[in-house]
Amino acid sequence: MTALLEVRNVTKAFGGVIANHDISLEVPKGKIIGLIGPNGSGKTTLFNSIVGYHPIDAGSIRFKSREISQMQVPDIARLGLLRTFQQTRIYGKMTCVQNMLISVSERNSSFVSLFTSQTGKGTKRADELLEFVGLYEKRHLPAGTLSFGQQKLLEFAMALMNDPEMLMLDEPTAGINPTLINGLIDRLKRANADFGITLFVIEHNMRVIMNLAEHIYCLAHGELLAEGEPDEIQNDQRVIDAYLGAH
Amino acid sequence: MSDKTANFVIFSALVALGLVAPFLFPAYMAQMTELWLFIVLALTWDLLGGKMGYNSFGNVVFLGIGVYATAVIQVALLYDVGAYNAARGGGTEFVFSAGDYLRGLALGLSASAILAALAAIVIGIFVLGMRGQYFAICTLGLGIAAGEIAGGWDWIGAGSGMTVPQPPADFPSGRLFYYLSLALAVITFVALTWVMSTRFGLAINAIRDDEDKAEAMGHYTTRIKVTAWAISALFLGMAGGIYGNLKRFIDPVDVAFAAPTIGVWMVLMAILGGKGTIIGPIVGAIIFQFTKEFFWTYLLGWQRVALGVLIVVIVVFFPQGIVGYIRDRRAARLIREKRA
Amino acid sequence: MSNIGLLIDAPILLVQLIIDGLLIGAVFALAAYGMALVWGVMKIINICQGEFVMLGGYVAVLLSEAGYSPFIGVPLAAVILFILGWLLYKTIIFRIVDHDLFISILATFGLLIILQQLMNQVFGSDVRIADSGLGTWFAFGGLVTISQVKVVAFILAIVLAGGLVYFLKSSRIGQAIRATAQNARAARVLGINTDHVYAVTYGLNAAICGACGALVAMAYTIHPYIGLPYTVRSFMIVVVAGLGNIVGVILAGLGLGAAENVAGFVLGAEYQLAFVFSLLVIVLVVRNWRLARKREYLK
Repeated sequence: MTALLEVRNVTKAFGGVIANHDISLEVPKGKIIGLIGPNGSGKTTLFNSIVGYHPIDAGSIRFKSREISQMQVPDIARLGLLRTFQQTRIYGKMTCVQNMLISVSERNSSFVSLFTSQTGKGTKRADELLEFVGLYEKRHLPAGTLSFGQQKLLEFAMALMNDPEMLMLDEPTAGINPTLINGLIDRLKRANADFGITLFVIEHNMRVIMNLAEHIYCLAHGELLAEGEPDEIQNDQRVIDAYLGAH
Repeated sequence: MSDKTANFVIFSALVALGLVAPFLFPAYMAQMTELWLFIVLALTWDLLGGKMGYNSFGNVVFLGIGVYATAVIQVALLYDVGAYNAARGGGTEFVFSAGDYLRGLALGLSASAILAALAAIVIGIFVLGMRGQYFAICTLGLGIAAGEIAGGWDWIGAGSGMTVPQPPADFPSGRLFYYLSLALAVITFVALTWVMSTRFGLAINAIRDDEDKAEAMGHYTTRIKVTAWAISALFLGMAGGIYGNLKRFIDPVDVAFAAPTIGVWMVLMAILGGKGTIIGPIVGAIIFQFTKEFFWTYLLGWQRVALGVLIVVIVVFFPQGIVGYIRDRRAARLIREKRA
Repeated sequence: MSNIGLLIDAPILLVQLIIDGLLIGAVFALAAYGMALVWGVMKIINICQGEFVMLGGYVAVLLSEAGYSPFIGVPLAAVILFILGWLLYKTIIFRIVDHDLFISILATFGLLIILQQLMNQVFGSDVRIADSGLGTWFAFGGLVTISQVKVVAFILAIVLAGGLVYFLKSSRIGQAIRATAQNARAARVLGINTDHVYAVTYGLNAAICGACGALVAMAYTIHPYIGLPYTVRSFMIVVVAGLGNIVGVILAGLGLGAAENVAGFVLGAEYQLAFVFSLLVIVLVVRNWRLARKREYLK
């Protein structure tokens, strides 16, 4: 069975720097897949390539068996492939509820349907999802006034609001208070188990990713270094060297 | 009182005052007409600038298209436009009865709205792909280029301008323009406020706050941006048609495509009142018009310098505008109360 | 457009137009370099750039009308405008340096209006020149006239540009300017007084424009409304050449001068401004379109 996301021989260079070289991996439907690697190994670049943020130099990226490497960002998002950002991006001057309402999926609506009332579809679900991430009390506050960790949760809730088939998360626990990380992992697992969302997660926190992911890919210097189950990866000497070695 | 109620009260009071103003201050009817048109200019500018984050110095292009389109249609219904403009406003063979005039105006305003909106779509496809200062300067270039090009087009009178068709002398044109402008201001306010209450309004704000994020969430931002500009242009075109008739004479660079004056004034009005707010542009337009009339009356000769100083002062010291200032004060007070 | 026929019949006309265009192009390039300086160091697009040029021109005009050689105007305008630029920074510009880019555009636009209308009130809108007293050369058997003062202006502009590059490379303040341009926060941490750097940069830019203006007044004409076209030319050149690229700026400036002059002849003098502003739009649209193919945009 073909995987939900298939990345084949993807290469991307910026100027003279090769950020991704000949990378191939796949994310099967319904699974939680991890992407690790030291800083500068090209993880975020790969994410950016997949969601169409920039064109790739070589290779193929297929989502739901469709070639998406030539597609524009909104079209890829409408296929059901969403990503969250490392620096966490939300709409700062809008309230949390408004952030949620504008994240309702447009893929089955016409352009003209944008001209319907704000308090129409999705208000109930917005409240439910805000409750799910624990932001219900703050729902009428401008999103920009939330703490960094709360904004991350809001971004996650917004992604869920959009009914994605696959969610790519770029360092979802970075900058979060350690006591809150378990809660976040829990919600990620529930999103996968209850909502059926496939997850592809970049993580630096080894405890988190070993706990969360069923299969892990490791990048180093822009290339795929190793892949396997969490146990295998944890004990793979090459991975250990990549993280501990200076180059 | 919530924001929505406050806005409604202010606006209703304004309209009520506006309905009777020509009877209270008949000597100032032309300036008040201009004020209603300025309100339209400020509201439409703010849709793109304040609510969507695209600061345009070129909205005056749509105003100018409206100015010329209405006048041309008014003439074209009865006479040959080229010949009319060649006669440079002289010649007694170009006469318009009251009926002719009204029909021409009605048709002209409709055409202005449509043409301006179409122009916004065509221009927007090319120009709305750039952001920030590039968009601002590109639109400035458009505004000035439009004026210069119009100044070379003989059919519409070129640099000598075009005289707008005049109704018969006993026709109450002053009153007509006044109430037309008032009606347009009301319609524009109601329409734009409604737009902002829809999901489209949310989408516009999302583009302002983080356009890349909006795209990453599946929004077709180009379509949204172009539509917003077309909506603005629709009302700007009609405002232009009325403005041209009010001024009676169209100069391509001073009346129609007046980028360094009207084109910048609309920006200033929105900022002065409060960029991004619903009622701000109206407040800004009112204060601006009063200030401008004051400068023109009492600082003759130096009025433009004074206006330049006003721009610098507002932009540097008061960029949040009046409504913004009130909001900040209220928010600060709420925080103080919460702490107490 | 019938003028194209003239060009085809007498190609020597094209030579004349291009030479004249290249000569003014150097002045365009110098003014553009000043704009690039302020843009790169202070992250401000100085919309009143052209007004500084205009003011410099009036310095030369006044000198010439008072009986002095307007060539003194070049350094004199530079000094006067440096002081003006410095003062403007200390009173207004410093408040907008770290702000929204749109605020800086609007604020410098306000300054444009102030300066332009001030000069219009004081001097009237007539066209003025500063008589340099130089003659003309003839080339190609008398068919092409080359105004000597235009050549002098060209040479001076190139020399000034070269002097500027040298100054920025070797002087301490020049290095401080370049450091601030690369990373203002790091420069501050390392002890550079960035406020001082900004003031000098803004004053320097005004001085450059002032010198350009004096050259323009001698070789061409000035009036209170020449400012905005100069601002737009400078902006276009910087966009096409890129911020750090002095050679690109010179080439783009020369090219723009030539193109503008030829277009002015072909389209007619009344369309020359239309050409300049339309070209701005076209340059930006094309630039953005090319970036869009890489899924980027002008930012």
